[in-house]
Amino acid sequence: MLDYVKLLILGLVAICAAIAAQYARDAAYLVHALLIMASAGALFLWQLRRTGEPRVPAPANEYMDGPVRAAAIATAFWGVVGFLVGVVIAFQLAFPVLNFTWAEGYLNFGRLRPLHTSAVIFAFGGNALLAASFYIVQRTSAARMWGGNLAWFVFLGYQLFIVMAATGYLLGSTQGQEYAEPEWLVDLWLTIVWVCFLLMFVGTLLKRKEPHIYVANWFLLSFIVTVAMLHVVNNLQIPVSLFGSSSVPVFSGVQGAMTQWWYGHNAVGFFLTAGFLGMMYYFVPKQAERPVYSYKLSIIHFWALIFLYIWAGPHHLHYTALPDWASTLGMVFSVVLWMPSWGGMINGLMTLSGAWDKLRTDPVLRMMVTSLAFYGMSTFEGPMMSIRAVNSLSHYTDWTIGHVHSGALGWNGMITFGMLYYLFPKLWNRQSLYSLKAVSWHYWLATIGIVLYAASMWVTGIMEGLMWREVDAQGFLVNSFADTVAAKFPMYVVRGLGGVLFLTGALIMCWNLWMTVRKGVAKQDARVAAPAE
Amino acid sequence: MEDTYTVLQVIARSWGAMFMLLVFLGIIAFVFRPGARTGQKDAANIPFRYDDAPAPEGPAHAARVQEARQ
Repeated sequence: MLDYVKLLILGLVAICAAIAAQYARDAAYLVHALLIMASAGALFLWQLRRTGEPRVPAPANEYMDGPVRAAAIATAFWGVVGFLVGVVIAFQLAFPVLNFTWAEGYLNFGRLRPLHTSAVIFAFGGNALLAASFYIVQRTSAARMWGGNLAWFVFLGYQLFIVMAATGYLLGSTQGQEYAEPEWLVDLWLTIVWVCFLLMFVGTLLKRKEPHIYVANWFLLSFIVTVAMLHVVNNLQIPVSLFGSSSVPVFSGVQGAMTQWWYGHNAVGFFLTAGFLGMMYYFVPKQAERPVYSYKLSIIHFWALIFLYIWAGPHHLHYTALPDWASTLGMVFSVVLWMPSWGGMINGLMTLSGAWDKLRTDPVLRMMVTSLAFYGMSTFEGPMMSIRAVNSLSHYTDWTIGHVHSGALGWNGMITFGMLYYLFPKLWNRQSLYSLKAVSWHYWLATIGIVLYAASMWVTGIMEGLMWREVDAQGFLVNSFADTVAAKFPMYVVRGLGGVLFLTGALIMCWNLWMTVRKGVAKQDARVAAPAE
Repeated sequence: MEDTYTVLQVIARSWGAMFMLLVFLGIIAFVFRPGARTGQKDAANIPFRYDDAPAPEGPAHAARVQEARQ
């Protein structure tokens, strides 16, 4: 019966999407309607072929690792795409001629930039978080995933969201809000997928066999819940037409700005921090083969982070129409936030206490530890930049870009690479990675790439800030804006080269993971070989 | 009658803020409660238990787990 309901719904969705495509008022909406039609049509055929067939019940004594594998592959794929677009736009800034005239309106910097940020944060980071959530919640609950194929729906639905967002950017469909660019149709779809993600996660937690919910799951759950709340509130928009992608925001002026940065900073706080900390609290102990340094500290870390992060957003709006008390509040909470962040970093690093020698032999562990070091550095730099006086120098300069990338490449990138190196042999039942030497190459290329990136952005950011505020004896500004742009050229080239190194490292990783699956020696099944207890 | 904004912000900056602070301090106190150490040690080892397969169903298994923990 349920199968027929599913067929009916899928068929209706495909037909409605086809009608919507017919009436589409803009290119982005047309492409999105066709994408929905194709996805619903493909699912309809798949459902049709299995309707009435006898069902094999899911084995309860096995974890559901299919979606984890898919999300791990998608992480590597979208990572390379996102890094590649990043390298392209870095060189577009250094050499404006790369904004080709023939591709104007599609592949110029303004169109590619949101594609880069969303590809690395939501496609690369998001798939990494899906893989981590699916994997960790099952292992630490000692239970198979709840909801049957719901995990597949979440995975595939999320990929559809990514493709819709990416095509929308290139065709100029955007709300113009940082990290929240997708328009209303894409937002609604992500909401549906995200609610299913939450159901699946909580469902698995509810059927857990372990009495305690392991701390990694707390971080992952807070990430899922908070992102749902942020996404819904910041995307309160009224569509102009049912058949067009444009919409009008409900908030205006300073309220809109405050809501946007409440969203924007907590996207960093809960997507890129809490979610990845969940990853850290599982994979660092696993790779080091020792429990986390202090479980007490991990609980305090969690609650302190939750209580503080949500207030930090206003530091993005110093010296704006936002009331002073609000931006002071944001600044104070950002500075206080430094403490739990470093508590978490220390907890992760000290997990290795008594096993530091492993760093000499295990490049994967080295990657994870380096990611924690970058977490520490960027969570020191961030609070410092949120102080109003420092912000008056750093805001609108490339220092901000450098800060974001030391966090995103160093912390999120490195911990994700570490997770992928851990997961691939595990998920494909291989004894070890194909080449540890290649991991070392990846490690050094990535680290040197980040250092080049961050260092050049510090130099250019502070230089730019100082040039903008320089006045002569009469009180006139000394430099025009174009002077700063010209002065930044060498640093822009260095930044682009740093990106090339980071991308090369990621390509080496993809090759290594591919070879691990293709050529790796299969692991003996320990469960069969173990003697009866 | 004062406007909604004023009413809400007065509540938020007095009782609201105090409530948040007390809940937070309560959590910290709870973490350090006497006798918490065994449970926390047990929880910290969760990732090392069911790596390859879920916990088997049935009361016999649950009893064995309980026994192993004591």
